[in-house]
Amino acid sequence: MSSATDKKNINLKLQVWRQKDGKSEGLFTTYDAQQVSPDDSFLEMLDGVNEKIIKNGGQPIAFDHDCREGICGSCGFMIDGNAHGPQKGTTVCQLHMRNFKDGQTIVLEPFRAKAFPIIKDLYVDRTAFDRIIEAGGYISSNTGSAPDANAVPIPKPDADEAFLSAACIGCGACVASCKNASAALFTSAKITHLALLPQGKVEREQRALDMVAQMDIEGFGACTTTGACSAACPKEISLINIAKMNREYLRASILKKQEATGGDMA
Amino acid sequence: MSSNYKLDSKIPSGPIESKWTNHKFNIKLVNPANKRKYNVIVVGTGLAGASAAASLGELGYQVKAFCTHESPRRAHSVAAQGGINAAKNYQNDGDSVQRLFYDTIKGGDFRAREANVHRLAEVSVNIIDQAVAQGVPLAREYGGLLANRSFGGAQVSRTFYARGQTGQQLLLGAYSGMMRQVDSGNVQLMNLREMLDLVVVDGKARGIIARNLLTGEIESHEADAVILASGGYSNVFYLSTNAMACSVTANWKAHKRGAFFANPCYTQIHPTCIPVHGVNQSKLTLMSESLRNDGRVWVSKIKGDKRPPAQIPENERDYYLERIYPSFGNLAPRDVSSRQAKFLVDQGHGAMGEQAVYLDFENSIKRLGEDKIAERYGNLFQMYDKITGENPYKQPMRIYPAPHYTMGGLWVDYNLESTVPGLFVAGEANFSDHGANRLGASALMQGLADGYFVLPYTLGNYIANTKLEKVQITHDAFKEAASTVTKNTEKLLSIKGSKTVESFHKRLGLIMWNKCGMSRTREGLTEAISEIKKLRQEFHSEVLVPGASNGINLELEKANRVADFIELGELMCRDALVREESCGGHFREEHQVDGEAKRDDEKFCHAAAWEWKGSAEKEQVRHQEELKFENVKLATRSYK
Ligand SMILES: Cc1cc2nc3c(=O)[nH]c(=O)nc-3n(C[C@H](O)[C@H](O)[C@H](O)COP(=O)(O)OP(=O)(O)OC[C@H]3O[C@@H](n4cnc5c(N)ncnc54)[C@H](O)[C@@H]3O)c2cc1C
Ligand code: FES
Repeated sequence: MSSATDKKNINLKLQVWRQKDGKSEGLFTTYDAQQVSPDDSFLEMLDGVNEKIIKNGGQPIAFDHDCREGICGSCGFMIDGNAHGPQKGTTVCQLHMRNFKDGQTIVLEPFRAKAFPIIKDLYVDRTAFDRIIEAGGYISSNTGSAPDANAVPIPKPDADEAFLSAACIGCGACVASCKNASAALFTSAKITHLALLPQGKVEREQRALDMVAQMDIEGFGACTTTGACSAACPKEISLINIAKMNREYLRASILKKQEATGGDMA
Repeated sequence: MSSNYKLDSKIPSGPIESKWTNHKFNIKLVNPANKRKYNVIVVGTGLAGASAAASLGELGYQVKAFCTHESPRRAHSVAAQGGINAAKNYQNDGDSVQRLFYDTIKGGDFRAREANVHRLAEVSVNIIDQAVAQGVPLAREYGGLLANRSFGGAQVSRTFYARGQTGQQLLLGAYSGMMRQVDSGNVQLMNLREMLDLVVVDGKARGIIARNLLTGEIESHEADAVILASGGYSNVFYLSTNAMACSVTANWKAHKRGAFFANPCYTQIHPTCIPVHGVNQSKLTLMSESLRNDGRVWVSKIKGDKRPPAQIPENERDYYLERIYPSFGNLAPRDVSSRQAKFLVDQGHGAMGEQAVYLDFENSIKRLGEDKIAERYGNLFQMYDKITGENPYKQPMRIYPAPHYTMGGLWVDYNLESTVPGLFVAGEANFSDHGANRLGASALMQGLADGYFVLPYTLGNYIANTKLEKVQITHDAFKEAASTVTKNTEKLLSIKGSKTVESFHKRLGLIMWNKCGMSRTREGLTEAISEIKKLRQEFHSEVLVPGASNGINLELEKANRVADFIELGELMCRDALVREESCGGHFREEHQVDGEAKRDDEKFCHAAAWEWKGSAEKEQVRHQEELKFENVKLATRSYK
């Protein structure tokens, strides 16, 4: 077992996107990150750089973060063109400096997407995701009206699969990694999670139609089917969700049309 | 409010089993058409806040839900890993409302209010029903029914879970319920807003002042009632398992406006966290208590043993929890487990001479296979590996206690109403239910109980019984509060000293950890109080806050929070100093028998609630709520 003391600190150069606010022009600025411990997380390394900037009378680099344990979905920016950096299945707050080499130059940029306006530096606004959920990402069950939790058994494989889709943390890496800035992985994960469960079946069609419509309203692009989203996802949400969403959407559209024309639903 | 103010807990009369049922029947209702006319502010969108906002929205109230995050789903409830308790007795292992009630009272070392705890145990079962109805993917058995695991301080399996993501999944459930109310227009989302003051008009809570974290604008919001669900204050220790933005600020501002702060010294140090790795560390990561279902905790029997764990033979290992607490073993509650880890490390038994003990899965992997362990704890093992670079399937985890949860908080009565009428407090932000120590998997339960099942009744009762004249944000009370906030902000920016906010927070954290942490002494606390006083003065003359008040300014946000933590830290030490006993997480070295906490029920069988006296220079006044144990016999807490 290695202990923290026998690991060597490293020095890095950072090229960081600095942008005062949504309206201003941005540009890259270079900073030195010195004597970085390999046990530090990427954000702790940035904390160190910020402390120095502040002491020198400058404005610290703004980035969103909170839990620093890979679950709240607050953090996220591009590191050398990869959302959340080089390590698979990892948010930037969980990325540790032992993954970088002494003397390396690292480029930091915000997630770029029309639907994610830049607030400042590496900090972007992802509230479009909330509006997609608002459009139908729920099961309508008022507090107090629920039957006993074991009244409806759910096959374990369905429950497990629903969990895997529900594991999305809403960080936006999928959008940032997609050429078209599509939110298909995010939206499909929620549609799939709820469609798999008996409780979610009642609103299944309307949910798919409304959430997909909202995705378009927010200005997200169409799915490219290249899978860049899933590859960048820190929770490794599977592409199958998107296939399922397409099916859910098609199914809902057909059923709605039949309903509208009075056709047979069978 | 005068110093001889009498705390009234408003516990309903009658036998404990029927108090809540009777109370619900006796309270006044607001007619459905009238609910629409009332505005409620909810500060916080964690489990407590989101569940309250969703439920009140469904009832028809006009709700404004505030959070500091860009999305309400990012509240720190999201990080809860292990599980949520409920007295469902699905395992047929002898669980019941009565047993959950008893375990929680005992777990809290007889420092919680019986009536509240009983209600919590009663509604626990409805929470699971509600969560499942919302589509929360809780773990299931092959037959399709819900699975359970065990948590510390209980001998039954009553903990429901969603792998290591119980918090995120429950929060997404409550959040989706709230977003549905946003969709139907009953809840208005006020994200990226930080409450910086409470507005009191004619003695009642009538609104808040918030800073728009994007624009920097100071906003006034009026309401008929205010709910604080702003979480806990473990970040007073700087390093804790809380998220970076968790703060006491909402609570502290309300405290300064008349809400008493109860039992601030009751903090929980969680036994199983990843140890500190270095000076730049910004937070500590929890390894869920659920791991102790299959992991065994040990240290070397030899002092100063620097050998790697694999080289320490079985007979030289001390499985100290199994040795000291044979009936609970590795599932001994948090306070006692943490304390034993500290004792052993202080005596020189730390893992490879460092501040850590082992949590070992070797036996379980042999017994159950790596696959089974991966299914149960896969994501936790992966997280451990990412942070430490070590593979816990191959070598034991190294863990150490870390600040995690705060049992103290704003004092509330049975209705969850604070000493300011119309100000309700829910979730970790209040002091109710957990006494001096919280059992694992009980915070999620309490937050959701408060939001889904208690506040919709008790807040309605307040509104139905109270004459609430319309107030406008042009009222003098709003103007005064808004100008206080503006002045404080400008002042912080104008100091332009040479020391960063972070450096003050770190120094405060060290004082708190060393002198008001896992073990406390009269001497240490007295020193801490004077050190914190000095730190406060230094902060207000030498802090460097860059930038301006308009626009996004993350350092300014931090500075506001740290200023409040410094004041809170002093109160915590004072509370710990006055409480001349040991109970739960509050361990005073002067009061122990054989290394276990020694309560003093004669003198301290009460909750302490502190009243702010107008400025940080003035000593706060301590009030007492006597605790009566009529259903569980006051006894020495033992897990041996
Ligand atoms: C790592 C970790 C693991 C845990 N695991 C478990 C577990 O397995 N089981 C269990 O029962 N408990 C667990 N707990 C404890 C439990 O998660 C928390 O006690 C609980 O979730 C707190 O919920 P809350 O709603 O009270 O507060 P939070 O979820 O912390 O929410 C606070 C909210 O208030 C907002 N807020 C705060 N201040 C302001 C302000 N001034 N203005 C506006 N908004 C504000 C925040 O933005 C946020 O929305 C764990 C805790 C941690 C830290
Ligand atoms: S900060 Fe929460 S996921 Fe990274």
